[in-house]
Amino acid sequence: MDWQGQKQAELWMQILLLVFSVGALATGYIIGSFRMMILIYAGGVVFTTLVTVPNWPFFNRHLLKWLDPSEAEKHPKPQKAVVSKDKKKSSKKRELDQNHPTVNGMEVPA
Amino acid sequence: MHSFGYRANALLTYALTILALMCTIASLSDNFNFPSPSAEIQVLNFNWFQKQPDGNDEVSFTMNITADLQSLFTWNTKQLFIFVAAEYETPQNSLNQVSLWDAIIPAKEHAKFWFQIANKYRFTDQGSNLRGKEFNLTLHWHVMPKTGKMLADKLVMSGFRLPEEYR
Repeated sequence: MDWQGQKQAELWMQILLLVFSVGALATGYIIGSFRMMILIYAGGVVFTTLVTVPNWPFFNRHLLKWLDPSEAEKHPKPQKAVVSKDKKKSSKKRELDQNHPTVNGMEVPA
Repeated sequence: MHSFGYRANALLTYALTILALMCTIASLSDNFNFPSPSAEIQVLNFNWFQKQPDGNDEVSFTMNITADLQSLFTWNTKQLFIFVAAEYETPQNSLNQVSLWDAIIPAKEHAKFWFQIANKYRFTDQGSNLRGKEFNLTLHWHVMPKTGKMLADKLVMSGFRLPEEYR
């Protein structure tokens, strides 16, 4: 089922159930039969299930148009620049050295 | 809504929500029914009236019960439970209720009836207060709906009096 089909299936499911429930309630009240109301509504639920739950062909009229694989290869996905771990570490260390002069690893007061 | 299972689940929950709503409306529709039940009870004969060995008064009588409860039935009514109770006052209790007879009415066709019967359940007092006692016979009914709230009401018939002497 495509995107449009899913939207239509949900919409039709809601419309059909509401219409059947109103019809069942009105009929049952007018002829004074609770059983008739339940029977009509049960029939409506079965009908709605048959219409909106299976993947019918009319829910697949708006298929997505995917690009051809060869077309996709001409436009490669941009790659993220990879920064090496060693470089990062050494630059950090140099920064530390500049701010806090040390002798044998111990900090020297300025 | 992308798969069979999702659509079936969505449909089922939506359908059941609407069903609950329909039942609520059906229950509320009972408020538009204004029943006019009628009933009459006659005491034809006091069969016997005695003091039991433990000191409690007990009486048996034959009643004639006529009632038309058809207007209590609506499209949302499953059945009626009705019972006749004797109600009287004693020094200890301001209201004593003794169930004498009951019945279940399953359909509107049976709601207009006429019975001539002795009390089905014993009319026994807690003590010996029944001689010459004035009492009411009350027809209670409980309307059992198919969905919704159970309703109860009653018709009180007063002016009955028990014999002055045991017999």
